[in-house]
Amino acid sequence: MQTLMLQRVDAYATRTIAGMSVRAGRVFPFGATLVAGGVNFSVFSRHATACTLVLYEKGAAEPFAELPFPDEFRVGDVYAMTVFELDHENLEYGYRMDGPNDPSEGHRFDPSVVLMDPYARQIGGREVWGQTPDWDQAYQHRSQVLQDDFDWEHDRPLELAAEDLVIYEAHVRSFTQHPSSNVRHPGTFAGLREKIPYLKSLGINCLELMPIFEFDEFENSSANPANGQLRYNYWGYSTVGFFAPKAGYAATGPLGMQADELKTLIKDLHRNGIEVMLDVVFNHTAEGDHRGPTISFRGLDNKTYYMLTPEGYYYNFSGCGNTLNCNNPIVRQVVLDCLRYWVSEYHIDGFRFDLAAILGRDPSGVPLANPPLLESLAHDPVLGRTKLVAEAWDAGGLYQVGSFPAYGRWAEWNGKYRDTARKFLKGDMGQVSEMSLRLQGSPDLYYGRGTAASINFLTCHDGFTLRDLVSYNEKHNEANGESNRDGANDNESWNCGAEGATDDRLVESLRLRQMKNAATLLMVSQGIPMILMGDEVGRTKQGNNNTYCHDNELNWFNWWQVEENAELQRFFQKIIAFRHAHPVLRSRDHLRHADWVGSGVPDISWHGTRAWEPDWSALSRVVGLLLGGHHAKGGTVADDDVYVASNMHFEALEFELPRPAEGRQWHVAVNTGVPAPGDAHPCGEEPMLEQQDRCLVGGRSVVVLVGR
Amino acid sequence: MAFTVTSSVDGTVAKLTLAGRLDANTAREFQVEIEKVAEQRPCTVALFVHELEYMASAGIRMLVFTKQKLGSETDVYVVGAQHQIIHTLEMTGVDKSVILVDEFEPAASIQG
Repeated sequence: MQTLMLQRVDAYATRTIAGMSVRAGRVFPFGATLVAGGVNFSVFSRHATACTLVLYEKGAAEPFAELPFPDEFRVGDVYAMTVFELDHENLEYGYRMDGPNDPSEGHRFDPSVVLMDPYARQIGGREVWGQTPDWDQAYQHRSQVLQDDFDWEHDRPLELAAEDLVIYEAHVRSFTQHPSSNVRHPGTFAGLREKIPYLKSLGINCLELMPIFEFDEFENSSANPANGQLRYNYWGYSTVGFFAPKAGYAATGPLGMQADELKTLIKDLHRNGIEVMLDVVFNHTAEGDHRGPTISFRGLDNKTYYMLTPEGYYYNFSGCGNTLNCNNPIVRQVVLDCLRYWVSEYHIDGFRFDLAAILGRDPSGVPLANPPLLESLAHDPVLGRTKLVAEAWDAGGLYQVGSFPAYGRWAEWNGKYRDTARKFLKGDMGQVSEMSLRLQGSPDLYYGRGTAASINFLTCHDGFTLRDLVSYNEKHNEANGESNRDGANDNESWNCGAEGATDDRLVESLRLRQMKNAATLLMVSQGIPMILMGDEVGRTKQGNNNTYCHDNELNWFNWWQVEENAELQRFFQKIIAFRHAHPVLRSRDHLRHADWVGSGVPDISWHGTRAWEPDWSALSRVVGLLLGGHHAKGGTVADDDVYVASNMHFEALEFELPRPAEGRQWHVAVNTGVPAPGDAHPCGEEPMLEQQDRCLVGGRSVVVLVGR
Repeated sequence: MAFTVTSSVDGTVAKLTLAGRLDANTAREFQVEIEKVAEQRPCTVALFVHELEYMASAGIRMLVFTKQKLGSETDVYVVGAQHQIIHTLEMTGVDKSVILVDEFEPAASIQG
């Protein structure tokens, strides 16, 4: 039987404006949406007095049509219009907003400026990375219409258990832009896709991408007085469009297929068991302060979108000129819509929120006890299984590591793990007690929230790489052209005896050992470990701890180092594999310091150079940690016992060993004090320890034993 | 060169020959032809694109549409695609939805 389908009665124009066939549009969803026969445009402004839709052919300097919204096309504060017979593949659009221009009242309307749609799902104007824009073009960041019709097959977010993740923080362009990458499309999503086998062989299962929302690499770009090179907004922590992938990160950007290219990357990462986490920047936008460009929010409804002082200037809790007014209900909805979109349309597994403490401030900047945005995100149905990670501080002095409003959902970049592990690693006194807390998932900070609330890391994009952490006492940011004034001064680094590059073999040997020590401590810690891109091959930024502006070797991953530093890379592979092989290292809940399964060995216990006698004194630089394998994953799975002896004293020390569980014997999994291949043994091939009751641990070395 | 598309169906094998420029302006012609072919429920569709000079994003979308219109059991072959087109298909993942070949042998393809 054939069914007669009636065409929708609202698929017809009701009038003509500027020569275009139109009708009153649908207010939801915001943005430009393909509908039967046309495109529906919907945009919010509470304080505007008039709105005009501006239509361009792709790349054109002048619009081909300007369509003022009639009064009857406005519902409440939303202007909505459906325009028929548009060639949406060749279309760009924007808005002109009229209204008061009174900065002291917070209003900065200017109908001479064409504004980008904040809900634009694709944005033109920067399709090829680094290609100098046509600055004469009035409309720089150009809203485009996207057809969300990717063939995902059976893909969906992986929903791996959070405590099982090993995160790898990477920058899309930096990962493959170096000539050594040997990919067909360097610096792009497609290039990164070619390197999935490398990521898989390393053993990571979560790729955290530094910002990939559309940003402008030319924002505040300037010639570097140090060398004349152009300084870019390279890292991208300044969002232009929250719903659009960075076109310049796609080899297919000029074809307008960046969404497909990114989705293909995500689908392939998922196929290889790797989750995708996005670093998202909701604390500020690329519009800067009152001297910055008007791109979108400022001209659409400045007073709604930004936190303003009583005089109408911008609060600057981000350190970047402005602060998004995230706890305003309208802005909160933008954030929710954005994240829901990325999860549902791009299958994103998690988000790391840059300077997330800002998201808990009220419109005047005061920290809220119960921030509506953070609560909404925690309880949102679409984000119900999405990982939420906070960088729990901001540039306004709010530091919430351990106290971020979590609602049972939020994890945090654990800045205290980083600081403590660095101090312990270089042999600072008085660190053993705090290091023991960090090794067990920081219960002092996250008790009741589980170990996975703690993202453990020693290095991230901000600051030194691991190689530089063991090669420099001081930052060396001269290449940034700011006379070495920028970047943090409290790096807790130690150069091991010479500042920077050296041919002193003893220094180099110690540096290599220290990097192995760092990797080992990270991988045996309860919580979620995070590795910075390239740390596994000794990537250096020449002592620069703030390379936000460099599109060069200071940021790029040098793939030749995979061979040059093969020993370190293989060590990382083995220690990551060790973590995956031992669920006792990945407890979901904090450990109880008791033998609650009756195995004869507590779930966790502490030791010094004498078994069962940890040395918490200020002079101590040693800590022994025993994890009872019968308690793995809450006693639900069987595992070996794991003993970790860390000796950050400069001399070798003999550790008396606690006994493993009945019937088990100690085997050597890791000994950073000996060169490869004895430094780490493949799982299942660990040699038995000759003397089962003691173990010599070299100076500044870590030994890991498995009892089986 | 103007875009042209012709089709024929022989049993369970449909063949379409595309030439010229497949872009937003011409994609609709391709879509009409695919819909016509789909009515005969072919098991195999071969798109001969030796003479296709250019494929814009709209054209790539039509390959996705073809696969989705015909269903996952139908094999879609893209025959004789030029290097640049293959590259684009690879970068956008469409190469996973279709089968890229230089030559098309229907019997072997159906068996294989």
